[in-house]
Formats: sequence, structure tokens, C-alpha cells
Amino acid sequence: MNLTLKIWRQKNAKDKGGLVDYKVNDVSPDMSFLEMLDVLNEDLINKDEEPVAFDHDCREGICGMCSLYINGEAHGPDRGVTTCQLHMRMFKDGDTIYIEPFRAAAFPVIKDLIVDRTSFDRIQHAGGFISVNTSGNTIDANAIPINKHDADTAFDAATCIGCGACVASCKNSSAMLFVSAKVSQFALLPQGKIEATDRVLNMVKQMDDEGFGNCTNTGACEVECPKGISLENIARMNREYLKASLKG
Amino acid sequence: MSGILNSSIGRKFAMALSALFLMIFLLQHFAINLMSVFSADTFNEVSHFMGTNWLIQFVMQPILMFGVLFHFIMGFVLEIRNRKARHISYAKNNGAANSTWMSRNMIYSGLFILIFLIIHFLDFWFPEINTKYIIGDMSGMHDGEFRYFHELQEKFVPIWRVALYCIGFVFLALHLLHGFNSAFQSVGANNKYTKGLKGFGKAYAILIPLGFIVIALFHHFNH
Repeated sequence: MNLTLKIWRQKNAKDKGGLVDYKVNDVSPDMSFLEMLDVLNEDLINKDEEPVAFDHDCREGICGMCSLYINGEAHGPDRGVTTCQLHMRMFKDGDTIYIEPFRAAAFPVIKDLIVDRTSFDRIQHAGGFISVNTSGNTIDANAIPINKHDADTAFDAATCIGCGACVASCKNSSAMLFVSAKVSQFALLPQGKIEATDRVLNMVKQMDDEGFGNCTNTGACEVECPKGISLENIARMNREYLKASLKG
Repeated sequence: MSGILNSSIGRKFAMALSALFLMIFLLQHFAINLMSVFSADTFNEVSHFMGTNWLIQFVMQPILMFGVLFHFIMGFVLEIRNRKARHISYAKNNGAANSTWMSRNMIYSGLFILIFLIIHFLDFWFPEINTKYIIGDMSGMHDGEFRYFHELQEKFVPIWRVALYCIGFVFLALHLLHGFNSAFQSVGANNKYTKGLKGFGKAYAILIPLGFIVIALFHHFNH
């Protein structure tokens, strides 16, 4: 496959940046999208040009590091996959592919396609945890009976890898799917109930302080989420938040 | 509870509550309008009751006005805030791949509804307020009989006004197709018990505006 790539290049956070055209030839349909970018970068290095900076780590679809807005969708046109699991067979010979960084005021571009997603870390720090006594008499989590439906739903929420595709896909750059998954995974379990009120209030406050937009329930986040996190989590977070607000 | 409106979820919740309130009002408005198709006398009686009952006029009407204003103002406030959350737009964005046109364009369908509402107020509400509270005629009578049904039919004689109302109701349907279920999601009603709401929401969003269109056309062709 021979492809034309329109890639966002930006030297640093202060640079204005813009799209630059590149040609990549002899791309195998079995390559992953990141491997195709590796081929491009190898070519650029051989020509003494600056390679394209992009995030990646595990390349197994579980770390949430790879981002990229490909042809107008987070992680590209495939469903339920991250960019590292997106294969070139999803494209056709001669295609022009737009590759842009995840766009949000709360995800500023660091360089080229790499964005700063530490705002997610700060939201986690604000309440995405439980306090456990580790002084020697810790109760084994498996010793606490949990309703099967709640356990499964909490686990589904916990599969969120914090990649930020929800924010990138949302027309409002809302982070509610991510935050709601982190709230839900604890709200459904007995261990999470103790700090439930503070958790949801603090995490939502941090989310708002970071400059993410308001959710308008378009559902784009749910469709583009590589882990299939459901909108039901946002409804649950809304309930948790209102309950906590009335208490607090 | 303090400062709930300063949070994103609080604003969503308030927006949804005003939407639910307006949807109930819309149903009531439709029910009264529908009476005009079946019986002019019943429509006159109900219209006179609604127009002269102090509870409706001085308690319910101000609440409705507040609900309408709040919904529009909050809609614009949220839109401005949301636009600020992304400084640079995508060069290529495929919104249709993951969301409906209606959900992405609530502000535009809302704007058309606002324009329609202003026309509707100029047609019906302002003349009504003028007759009752400025001229001081609370009788509801004209030439010895109730004026409400006659006034309604008169308004729908010009085809341009009927067309304008039909366009307004199409935008209302587009707004409701996303808005109905969105309101329930915002108040936290999305779980295995509320799945049936989606179908009901679609039916409401299509049938109520369609009903208003049919009533407008009925009076145009039966004058």
C-alpha cells in the first residue's frame, strides 16, 4: 500500500504547529498503525529529518499510552481498539490519512502528536483510590461477599485504561466517561463506599478545574472508547454526585 | 448542596430538570390544542379557564417563563464553556461516525426553536396579555361568543405562517430526539430499568411535534 499522511507537526508547546504531508510506500496491510509510523520515522531519520514524535508503550492495547486522532476519530476507524491494535488493513492503497494529536485545552500538545494527559493523573489523585489499613490485619478483599452483578459492573468500569479517547472524541472535550469509570469502579464495591462522598465531589471538582467541558450526552465517548466503557457509568456518577452534594 | 450550580454535573442536572419540566408543559399544551380539532366549545372553555385562573396565571405561568428562560440561557452558557474546552479544532473530524447529528447540533436546533418561540409569543401570548392585563378585558368574549377558537383559526389562515410553524416543529422534533433521553441520562436515569425509555423518548419526540403540525394544517384547511 502507498499512502499519503497529513501529520500534525509542532516543535514544542509554544509552537503554532501545522499539518505536513508525507508519503509512505510499501506498507503491509498486516502492519499496525504504529509500525507504519515506525517505517515513516526510519525513513525520516535516514534523510536526516526530525522523526515524528508520538506516544506508545505496551503496543498490546492495555496501557492507554498511544493516542492519535486518525481520519477524524480517536484511535482511528476501527472499534474497541487502541492505535497500536489498529491495522493498516483498515485503509486502502492510495488513501490520504489525517493524523492529529488528541485535542483539548486540558491536553496541551507537548510535541507533534504527544499531548500532556497528566490532568487525568491529578483527577485520580483527587479521589480515585481507597484507604486500606495495612498494619498487619488487612482483610482479604475476597473475604467480603459482593453481589455478582456489582462485581462485574465494577470490573467493567475498572477496565478503563485512561487513554483519553473519550475527551478527544467529545465535541465538548468532556472527561466524564473517564471520571465516571473511576468513580463507578469504587462506588459499586463495599471497599469504596466509605470514601464515596468525598471521592465523587473531589474528582468532579478536579475535572472542572482542569478545564474539561460539560457532557451533553452525545455518546461519542462510548463509541470511541477502546474498552467499551458504558454511558451508564456517567449516569451513575451523576447520581453519586447529587447524593454527595445533598449530604455535603 | 451549596455551589452545586458551579459544577459541571450540577449545571447538567439543572438543564435536565428544566428540560423535563418543559416536556411536561409541551404535553399539556398539545392536549389543549388537540381539543380544538374535536370541539370548539371545549377548546374555548379550557382556554378561558387557563387564561383566567389565578393559580395558572400568577403561579404556573411565571414558573414556566422562568423554566423557558433558564433553559435557553443555560444552553448558551454551556455552549460557550464547552467551546472554551478545545482551543484548536481538528483538521478532520468524523462526528457522524460516533454520534447523531441531533446530539451534536442542539445549540442550532435550540436557536431555531427560540426564533420560533418569539414568533409564537408575538402571535398569541403578547396579544393575550394585552387584551387581559393592559386593556383589562378578562371576559374572553368577542361579539357575544368566546374568542379563543376563532382567534386560533384566524392565525392559521396564511399559508406562510403554517409553513413557519411546521418548520419550527421539525426543529423541535430534532431537539427532542436527543433532548428527551439526554435529560434522563443527566439526572442519572440510565440503567437496566430505564432501557424502555429510549423507545418512548423517540415516540414522544416525533409524535408530539407531528401532532402540532397536524393541528396547524387542520385549522388551515378547515377555516
